[in-house]
Amino acid sequence: MDALGYVRPGSVQEAVEAYAAHPGARYLAGGTNLVDLLKLGVEKPTTLIDLGRLPLDGTEELPDGSLRVGATVRNSDLAADPRVRTRWPALSQALLAGASAQLRNAATTGGNLLQRTRCPYFQDLDKPCNKREPGSGCGARDGVHRDHAVLGHSAQCIATNPSDMAVALAALDAQVELYGPDGPRRLPAAEFHRLPGEHPERDTWIRPGELITGIVLPAATAGLPSAYRKARDRASYAFALASVAVVLRVGDGVVAQVGIAYGGLAHRPWRARHTELALQGAAATPAAFEGAVALELAHAEPLRDNAYKVSLARNLALDVLNRLAPAPAPA
Amino acid sequence: MTGTTGTTGAALGAPAERREGRQKVTGAARYAAEYTLPGRAHAWPVPAAVARGRVTAVDTAAALALPGVLAVLTPEDAPRLADPEDATLAVLQGPGVPHRGWCVALAVAETPEAARAAARAVRVTYDTAPHDAAFTEHHRDGYAPQEAGGQPGRVEHGDPRAAFAGADVRVDVTYRVPPLHNHPMEPHASTAHWDGDRLTVYTSSQGGTTVRSTLAQLFRLPEEHVTVVAEHVGGGFGSKGTPRPDVVLAAMAARHTGRPVTLAYARRHLPTVVGHRAPTVQRLRLGAGHDGRLTALLHETTSPTSRVKEFVEYAAVVSRVMYAAPNLLSAHRVVPLDVPTPSWMRAPGEAPGMYALESALDELADVLGLDPVELRARNEPAEEPGSGKPFSSRHVVDCLREGARRFGWEDRDPRPGVRREGSWLLGTGVAAATYPVQAAPSTAGAQALPDGTFVVRINAADIGTGARTVLAQVAADALGVPLDRVRTEVGRSDLPPAPLAGGSSGTASWGWAVHEACAELASRLAAHTGPLPAEGIETRADTTGKADADSPWARHAFGAHFAEVAVDTVTGEIRARRLLGVYAAGRILNARTARSQFTGAMIMGLGMALTEGSTLDPAFGDFPEADLASYHVPVHADVPDVEAHWIDEDDPHLNPMGSKGIGEIGIVGTAAAVGNAVHHATGIRFRELPLTPDRILAGLLSES
Repeated sequence: MDALGYVRPGSVQEAVEAYAAHPGARYLAGGTNLVDLLKLGVEKPTTLIDLGRLPLDGTEELPDGSLRVGATVRNSDLAADPRVRTRWPALSQALLAGASAQLRNAATTGGNLLQRTRCPYFQDLDKPCNKREPGSGCGARDGVHRDHAVLGHSAQCIATNPSDMAVALAALDAQVELYGPDGPRRLPAAEFHRLPGEHPERDTWIRPGELITGIVLPAATAGLPSAYRKARDRASYAFALASVAVVLRVGDGVVAQVGIAYGGLAHRPWRARHTELALQGAAATPAAFEGAVALELAHAEPLRDNAYKVSLARNLALDVLNRLAPAPAPA
Repeated sequence: MTGTTGTTGAALGAPAERREGRQKVTGAARYAAEYTLPGRAHAWPVPAAVARGRVTAVDTAAALALPGVLAVLTPEDAPRLADPEDATLAVLQGPGVPHRGWCVALAVAETPEAARAAARAVRVTYDTAPHDAAFTEHHRDGYAPQEAGGQPGRVEHGDPRAAFAGADVRVDVTYRVPPLHNHPMEPHASTAHWDGDRLTVYTSSQGGTTVRSTLAQLFRLPEEHVTVVAEHVGGGFGSKGTPRPDVVLAAMAARHTGRPVTLAYARRHLPTVVGHRAPTVQRLRLGAGHDGRLTALLHETTSPTSRVKEFVEYAAVVSRVMYAAPNLLSAHRVVPLDVPTPSWMRAPGEAPGMYALESALDELADVLGLDPVELRARNEPAEEPGSGKPFSSRHVVDCLREGARRFGWEDRDPRPGVRREGSWLLGTGVAAATYPVQAAPSTAGAQALPDGTFVVRINAADIGTGARTVLAQVAADALGVPLDRVRTEVGRSDLPPAPLAGGSSGTASWGWAVHEACAELASRLAAHTGPLPAEGIETRADTTGKADADSPWARHAFGAHFAEVAVDTVTGEIRARRLLGVYAAGRILNARTARSQFTGAMIMGLGMALTEGSTLDPAFGDFPEADLASYHVPVHADVPDVEAHWIDEDDPHLNPMGSKGIGEIGIVGTAAAVGNAVHHATGIRFRELPLTPDRILAGLLSES
């Protein structure tokens, strides 16, 4: 590993200042992905700004019924939080579906949102990758891409975002709180990650030097039925082949509120807006779900070896929607 | 263990605890990379970034300018070696690049981190040549090898094609197994140290004796100038059976720098440099009468090898052992490509071969409407089909029947695709298992000490199997003393030479010599009167001429595997619910460590069935699945309920202990049992491993 600097600020302001003062710096939280990338030589920061001492490890209920989660709250703690488990169960389920217990004990909320793709070409310095080295090409497109994107990919990049947590946050209409040189701002979790387009090197809309300070789980989805389901190559400790997070409110047999996001299909958690629009106000029936889910997945552009993801995503979404929908009243 | 409470003559078979267990769980056991010799430096390889070509220049300036960097060895200036017998060890001897990942330079630095940074800073220029890394069974460069796993590449009896064409019932199917990787918990590592022209290496190996002779030959040293220590080894599964480049490179770097040097491969290095199980494409043609008796068995397999050396994944050999078929074809083809060199992985040949054969047999049972256990029983051979030799013992049908009884097979509804539990489809499957009995000559020493204790010395390798423990058990019974009076010393080349831990032959080979040394010591002690001299009494045995004597018997272990699976129709995910194995492997010498080997191998077979596999990327010529996040070995959640049982066999034609090997048979047939259960659950034959959700879901959707 090349020599690198290390600073440990005590406040968010100090952290942002340290970033400005150290060109080429990276923020370090749980390190479960960044340290791997340092070892691989994919990330080559000059300085690590350790966020471990920042006062961002708390969770607080806000007056409007939302829940603010600090950026350095550990994944395992967030998954176990009784407020999350009861009011936003999809988030707890998504967290527990990710990684391993050891990794969840180290990984943080903010870091989880900023983890990089696990595309093997991205991780191998001896192979082309437009995300790692813009303009070098994409090894995966004609290579081994069973795990890669079917929605929203570009000629430059077909990588997927690996996070489970981010999928639940997108479906639950969570917000990401940021702090940077220009002060604080918020972004919807569903809009936080980018599609690759011409700039696959940029995973998110975060600005240089900005720091994730927390996420907010909104009152609007609190207490609603929600669930996360993931399909993977082994029973635990594997990234999603496809996954889905659904929040669904049904009144009088009609969909009153719905949020659906897919994981494993795209460069970002894929909010299924076409499906949601079709379902809003529609009868909460298996047939309606099936039609609405198909509307979204009609946009899929599978590659040579990953067409299965479209069927898999459809099955997952229908399974969760039908499970969350209240059983129809007996005739 | 303390005290001398053990009874004599009862050590063999007892569930004795692993002797080094405490050292391992407390971290006291030292592995090859943990020998912190004074002044030790660390080496890090530079893998070739092209699949074929020549190194035209190695620019080391940037690497050497980094702090803590001692040297960069290149094909130009690395120490010259004698030509190795194993061409994968000819590292840094010339500019040729035979495959991606081949070592083209070696950085040496004060710390592993500095060495890694230096390796990354080395600029290698290549003259790149077109490469071919696309394996297909019909590749035009394919040829029939003379040998496959030390046996003829092709065996043909009768007229198999005509018999197949004329059979009442025919199955003609092709099964595919992907590349598989050994991935022992401890990646390959070596620490090398020169003292003048004397070389000492601490290495992670399944056989230190071969490491010693290989290093002596490569570095042109008398063997007695080479010391090899492999006291603790964190698994090997065949990939440490012979020396791999790490030990050669560490010794070269140590000579070049004049410092002790450790080379510990990173996990990502392993797939391209330590060998892997070659993928196989296996065509099975089974012809049978309506009564289920095989009239023709044709097993043809094709696998790739590298251009560095020929390695044949001898998957068709099992068809020379298993079933009575008057017309038999068992044949291999191999396709040399610009790819990493395959090698041994737990039950090479048998594991993929029995996956295909036992799956095809299940298909035949299906066509015949015959119970698969019964079908196997009807095809029991009177002698070994390939050789015509009588079996020394063969209890495969007993294993099947005993397994069926324990598993609850008799209640099974044979109809596929009819058991539902919510969104899950349930099924059960069975497959037989076989693995040859092998042994090699070994020496061993035994010593009686005046304090009434005994020491057994042998350069055996304990790769986590419990070799130390079981050899003490062999010694205790041969000496007629309690187990805790016997100490075992293994894993050092100053001990009596012994063969490798491989081919499920370690305990047979080593135990034989230990038994003989101890039996002789016992008779010397019986004749001895008065106190022992201070140096005790020592004996030495050499089983050359016995362990390697030709046998008139066909000697194999056999077994049966049963599996129950659930297949999720929503996702195509499969969960194994139960695995049950029954083995007939001679006398079981340690019930505890044997069970551990059986169940461990069954879990490895489960991985082969459901989760493990890599992809040979034709564009780049290596495997993208280069870490444990992408190469999926089963995790705890994949392994709910695994049982291993055995049938006691009394076979006088084996070795003094009456044992057959047990290290590999547990993986043989497991994948077929799981695959057959998946067919029973879904009604669909999936003929390519692993059975991942993408494949299962596609199958389910095309059926519905």
